[in-house]
Amino acid sequence: MDLPGHFNHYVFVLLMMLGLYAVIASRNLVKKLVGLTIFQTSVFILYISVAKVQGGAPPIAQPGVFVYSNPLPHVLILTAIVVSVSTTALGLTLAMRIKHAFGTIEEGALDAMDAEDEVR
Amino acid sequence: MNALALQVVVPLLSAPLCLLVRSAGFARLLAAASGLFGLGNAIWLLVAVRDGGPLRHAYGGFVPPIGIEHRLDLTGAYMLVVIATIVAATTAWAAITRLDELGRSRRDLFFAAWQMCVAGLYGMTLTADVFNVFVFLEIASLSTYVLIAHGSERRALVASFRYLLMGTVGATFLLIGIGLLYAMTGTLNMHDLAVRLQGTSHTSSVRTALAFVSVGLWLKAAIFPLHLWLPSAYACAPAAVSALLAGTATKVAFYLWLRFFFTAFAPTFALDDLPVAKLLLALGLVGAVAGSLIAVFQDEPKRMLAWSSIAQIGYLIAGLSLATAAGVAASLSHIASHALVKSALFLALGGAIAALGANGRPLRLHDLRGLSRRMPLTAAAILVAGLGLIGVPLTSGFVSKWLLVDALLAADQWFAAVVVLGTSLLAVVYVGRLVGAVFGSADDAPPPAARVGLGAAAVVVVLCLLSIALGIFTSFNVDLAAQAADELLGVTGSGK
Amino acid sequence: MSSELLLLLCLLLPLTGTLLVLLARARPNLREACSLLTAAASTGCASWLLCRVAAGERPELQLAPLLPTAPLALRLEPLGAVFACVAAGLWFVTTIYSIGYMRAHGERNQTRFYACFAIAMFAVMGLALSANLLTLFVFYELLTLSTFPLVTHAGTDASRRAGRIYLGVLLGTSIGMLLLALVATHTLAGRLDFAPGGILQEPLAAGRVGPTGLALLFALFAFGVGKAALMPFHRWLPAAMVAPTPVSALLHAVAVVKAGVFTLLKVAVYVFGLDTLATTGAATPIAWVAGFTMLAASLIACRADDLKERLAYSTIAQLAYIVAGIATATASGALGAALHLVTHAFGKITLFFAAGAVLVAAHRTGIRSMTGLARTMPFTFGAFALASLSIIGLPPFGGTWSKWWLGAGLLDAEQPLLFAIWLASAVASAWYLLPVVVRAFTPASAPADAQHHDEGHEAPLACRIAMAITVAGCLASFFGAGPLLTALAAVVQP
Repeated sequence: MDLPGHFNHYVFVLLMMLGLYAVIASRNLVKKLVGLTIFQTSVFILYISVAKVQGGAPPIAQPGVFVYSNPLPHVLILTAIVVSVSTTALGLTLAMRIKHAFGTIEEGALDAMDAEDEVR
Repeated sequence: MNALALQVVVPLLSAPLCLLVRSAGFARLLAAASGLFGLGNAIWLLVAVRDGGPLRHAYGGFVPPIGIEHRLDLTGAYMLVVIATIVAATTAWAAITRLDELGRSRRDLFFAAWQMCVAGLYGMTLTADVFNVFVFLEIASLSTYVLIAHGSERRALVASFRYLLMGTVGATFLLIGIGLLYAMTGTLNMHDLAVRLQGTSHTSSVRTALAFVSVGLWLKAAIFPLHLWLPSAYACAPAAVSALLAGTATKVAFYLWLRFFFTAFAPTFALDDLPVAKLLLALGLVGAVAGSLIAVFQDEPKRMLAWSSIAQIGYLIAGLSLATAAGVAASLSHIASHALVKSALFLALGGAIAALGANGRPLRLHDLRGLSRRMPLTAAAILVAGLGLIGVPLTSGFVSKWLLVDALLAADQWFAAVVVLGTSLLAVVYVGRLVGAVFGSADDAPPPAARVGLGAAAVVVVLCLLSIALGIFTSFNVDLAAQAADELLGVTGSGK
Repeated sequence: MSSELLLLLCLLLPLTGTLLVLLARARPNLREACSLLTAAASTGCASWLLCRVAAGERPELQLAPLLPTAPLALRLEPLGAVFACVAAGLWFVTTIYSIGYMRAHGERNQTRFYACFAIAMFAVMGLALSANLLTLFVFYELLTLSTFPLVTHAGTDASRRAGRIYLGVLLGTSIGMLLLALVATHTLAGRLDFAPGGILQEPLAAGRVGPTGLALLFALFAFGVGKAALMPFHRWLPAAMVAPTPVSALLHAVAVVKAGVFTLLKVAVYVFGLDTLATTGAATPIAWVAGFTMLAASLIACRADDLKERLAYSTIAQLAYIVAGIATATASGALGAALHLVTHAFGKITLFFAAGAVLVAAHRTGIRSMTGLARTMPFTFGAFALASLSIIGLPPFGGTWSKWWLGAGLLDAEQPLLFAIWLASAVASAWYLLPVVVRAFTPASAPADAQHHDEGHEAPLACRIAMAITVAGCLASFFGAGPLLTALAAVVQP
């Protein structure tokens, strides 16, 4: 096994798990969003690190260079970052509206009020 | 411009137009027009594909697999027509009614989000580029979160937030899977992937990718046990949104998984080496039983229908798990028949909600009592669509369930066939509760607060009639589904 | 008129009746006239069909292309023609009876009653004339759904509870087992049409299914047809007795329950084939279930005090006769079953008419309270007595022949124990029917009956006419059984 060679994967998995844990375990909606962002960022790192070609130059055409890093994952991740930013923005907006409507963004209290609404 | 591109571009451009003009009336008109255009275009595409084989369109003239490609084969065209039908019906309904449920929210913004969602749904069906799938999925999802948050109760906000968390996790899983596939093969085109994955299916990267893609899409398709977001989302969203989502969103995610599984991955390794088929069958059956059982005990009709959707998705998975042409055809035809009746039911309930003025608090079964006297057309539609949901003969639901049970028995899955029929009995119970409430005595029921226009009821009736028409003249739906299934399985050469 | 057109006409006439009844809802006289007229026309049509089928015609008609292998289609054959004829004829008689009963009883929602009645008859016609199992299933379910409003007609909590049992058992068995049996047959044979000699020998010969599999399949059919009321799926029939008496009479003594055994008969003759059933012994377990049902239902009937309930359990026992006859898989057993379908219909409908007449004229349902009633209602109880004799199987009534052939079938199948049960339950039927007659004709002791003196009158004229016709039917089916037997014998002895 090429342990150090998979370094990027370890970082990716570690960040992913951290993020996912935060999404599941935090009770605060904003903290959940923070976890979600970390989770998404871990995927960016996966893509970007995969794009690196050993000995490759930045993908800008220049004379005398024949090995470039792969530019496509960067472009893809640019899109994914846009998606991630919009998701975060929408999530935060919803959190604000929830705070407005319920007076709290703590999940336990929300659950209780939710159940109350259902019985009403 | 190419008809393939127009299918996506029209709603995609309508959305910002709604924002620019800032008029509710204009947004309504535009939505209805674009919905009808989408349906017409989809039918035209289906005819073209059926007669002339798959259609392709390379964006910007870049040749695939480098360029992004839209590609429509029979399976895709079939899905496209199903989605476009539901989109046209729900959009027409939303445009005709005044959408009282939305309260003081701005209608033009609502329709902008609606159009974005529709564009995303069409895009997912059409594209042959896996990263494009992710992008369209997120376009549809983000606008869906917005639409759900429009619900009249405050619970809608929480439901939307929860869906946002789970939906984003699902989409990101899909992204990881796509990344792993790209790292292994260097291509994003689905058909190119199919070729390049053939020699690499034994690697753990490809298997991990399959796992990530599957879990991601199963989350979006609300396949048991990844269904937790669905009941609240459907129950709290405005009825028009519930109708749109129930008919399209989960179905498209299911279709995408079908695409990934049968077109990109060679299913032989997944079916022969991994216990995917058994796992799927088990998940489908458990989902069908659990969904139906929980639906029986619901007191809110919309939540009842949402749980019933989870059960129906279980049927789809059960049919698919056989990996036979008959099983996949049954699943595909069930997509169409279920989409029709479930959307009709949600729209009918929407009409009831508008008339009863039950805003701000959830609609309950006993609120519906006496509906048959005051809104006979809507009540009749609920009855017919309910029968279609059960799968009573002469509705499309019967035909697709028949195909499913036939396929299960042909594959010697007796137990599964019994479970499918047993859950149909549970459907009798929960539909019976709904219909019983609608046709129950109304002596003490309050008079309706508002009247729902004939146009809105007509939309629901049209959906019901479609369901009946497909139940009598079955060959249209069944033959198409069978051809599509053959094509889907034929691509990978494993059409048993 | 071409036979195909006649077939379609026979199916559509009741539906037209529904429309007419709905259109004439504001004028009761016109509405009832429409009902009578369509019933009479249906009877005429069905009799004409019977003549055509006796002449050897087998017209076919496709209605809708439901599945490629099994379209929604009609086809005329002797069993179906006989059943359609009996059902339509008795519909006409019941309509006469209903007019007297519903008016005398002051029932509400009479338009809904007549409309649903006509839809139910539409379903019965479709069921009788269906060309394949799928068509039969479609009309079977339609029959269940259309009779539900009739069962819950009273609108009380009790009737709603009964309606839930009714719908629950009938839909439950049909979706849970009958549909499964249908799909399994389709998977095995690749088709669902009714073919003389059956469609299942081919998969049997090819080894795709063994005798055990066939036995299971037959059990699925037998229990799946909940309308045949085999124990333990019989609860819906006593529950359905909350319905107005004409409904109990026509639907739950003739149309609905007979639709159940008719389905089984068709399945045995045209899907399995009697020879296949006999060689594999696939139906033997069901014969035993039927034997048990026969005995148990007869015993329960002996203990019931409510007249309609007693008649309901008697129906369950008589249905079990028919199922046992089918399950012997012998020609004489099947013949007896087909014949019993007709003769029991005439007898049982008379009994129900009489029970309804007692309810309308004297407002009594309990058997113990009927002592001495025959003094004021001699006609009603006379009809009851004659019909009882027919049900028990004594000459000169039609029940004699059918019981004779059923017994012969049990002996042919070498089932002496079942034959003993058959005998015992025939004795039991005398035990639970004749005491009613005896009690009614016993002069009442004065104090017990004093408070009822003001109600001393006979049933409405319309009810009496109806009873006279059905008693005549009981007699006619004794003396005129010959032609019927020849027509039916052609089916069971290919």
